[in-house]
Amino acid sequence: MSGTDPVLEAVSQAYVAESRRVLATLIRLLGDFDAAEEAVSDAFRAALEQWPREGVPANPRAWLVSAGRFKAIDAMRRRRKFDQLDESGAAETIAVTDEAAWADPETVEDDQLRLIFICCHPALAPDTQVALTLREVCGLATEEIARAFLTPAPTLAQRIVRAKAKIRDAKIPYEVPARADLPERLGAVLRVVYLVFNEGYAASAGESVTRADLSSEAIRLGRLLVDLLPEPEAMGLLALMLLHESRRAARMSPSGDLILLEDQDRRLWDRALIAEGGRLVERALATRRFGPYTIQAALAAVHAEAPSSAATDWDEVVGLYDVLMAMDRSPIVELNRGVAIAMRDGPAAGLSIVEGLLERGELKEYRLAHAARADLLRRLGRANDARAAYERALTLTKQEPERRFLQRRIGEL
Amino acid sequence: MKYLCLVYLEGSKMRAVPDTECKACGDGFRSRGMLVAAEALQPVDTATTVRVRGGRMSVTDGPFAETKEQLAGFYLLEARDLNEAIQAAAKIPPAREGSVEIRPVRELEA
Repeated sequence: MSGTDPVLEAVSQAYVAESRRVLATLIRLLGDFDAAEEAVSDAFRAALEQWPREGVPANPRAWLVSAGRFKAIDAMRRRRKFDQLDESGAAETIAVTDEAAWADPETVEDDQLRLIFICCHPALAPDTQVALTLREVCGLATEEIARAFLTPAPTLAQRIVRAKAKIRDAKIPYEVPARADLPERLGAVLRVVYLVFNEGYAASAGESVTRADLSSEAIRLGRLLVDLLPEPEAMGLLALMLLHESRRAARMSPSGDLILLEDQDRRLWDRALIAEGGRLVERALATRRFGPYTIQAALAAVHAEAPSSAATDWDEVVGLYDVLMAMDRSPIVELNRGVAIAMRDGPAAGLSIVEGLLERGELKEYRLAHAARADLLRRLGRANDARAAYERALTLTKQEPERRFLQRRIGEL
Repeated sequence: MKYLCLVYLEGSKMRAVPDTECKACGDGFRSRGMLVAAEALQPVDTATTVRVRGGRMSVTDGPFAETKEQLAGFYLLEARDLNEAIQAAAKIPPAREGSVEIRPVRELEA
């Protein structure tokens, strides 16, 4: 059969579009991850056999869920050795009995949310939440996840196996959290999505191919969440990711060197992503129930709208950092606010904030704090102090493009 | 499904939570039909460890390893799933002083 066979094409399209939804529903129906996964592959195998003969069903998802469920029940019966079914007949034809129930869009959507929430359950370790979400919700292969996170594949596979065993043995329920628990549980989901995005975004050039895929998976997850559960912070996070993603083409030189925001060629920014991100920020802000992701997205939107670094509304940037600090008083937020103040009021004003932060000690080992201090010293013409600070930052950084950037700056002093 | 909620506290905090509060917590679980059993324990200095190796019993003073937090008591609860067990464990008063470990009970295969 050739690759352009319309039925084969339909099966592979159904795989891309439906396999994760089919899995989510089968986990609910079968109550078991492994059985559901096996059932999904069995269902697609059956589709490959039956669809060429009988035609593509009107509702492929319902057909696949029904086929998967049937195959799983059949397998369970066989395993329990009280098989009284006519096996050959059972395998030949699969009847879709209750099409309406499988196809009910609301139930199917809830299944996807259930899957996301169980993968990001706080009773699982954070690394495990990320791995399980990429495996089960995004359908990435274990090897792909292992490569992207620079973890040996067997370690990752074992982590996933253990997580599934805990879900089963400790009976972590397959449900969308109750209203009262939603903010906290959604927070855990958003953390996982953002972590996946950042793994892909802060990638070094060498791995940029696999890693960029992680960012698009995170954005896909973000879109899914906004569709299923349009909470303000879900919108804020999606906006934040889209606005960062819009700068991807501008933030690396062709040789893989980092280009700072102020030096980027803004014509390379993706206007469609910026527009979509901007609309989401406005929607989230309008709810008045927004949080830190929305404010960070609003910050990114201010940059995205500015024609140049000099023409940026730094007053608004500082104002947004003030709001952010009221929500999340982390030293990293303070550092970024200091840099924004330097842009608004001059490097000396920023330097006293950054140095004050470094003296407090929390950011002593944080490379970007030293890099920011170095940059402000450079702008103040204190070349020797700047060199020492860049060198301190250099000893703390592990990413190759960042190292090259810092070395270039030292060379320019 | 049964979950054992093990309450851990630092030695200095063994009496940090008034007994009346712990009793009220247990009564609350009982009235909701969740309580299977619950007890507070004497401090770890009163513990004795027994081992049988090669048919011979040895008895030693104290627990196997010194840790900062010690087992202070337990609640054996009946809960629908882990989420319900977590909600219940969060209501155990010593959770705010120490920690509560939730372990699902394994049915013996015999």
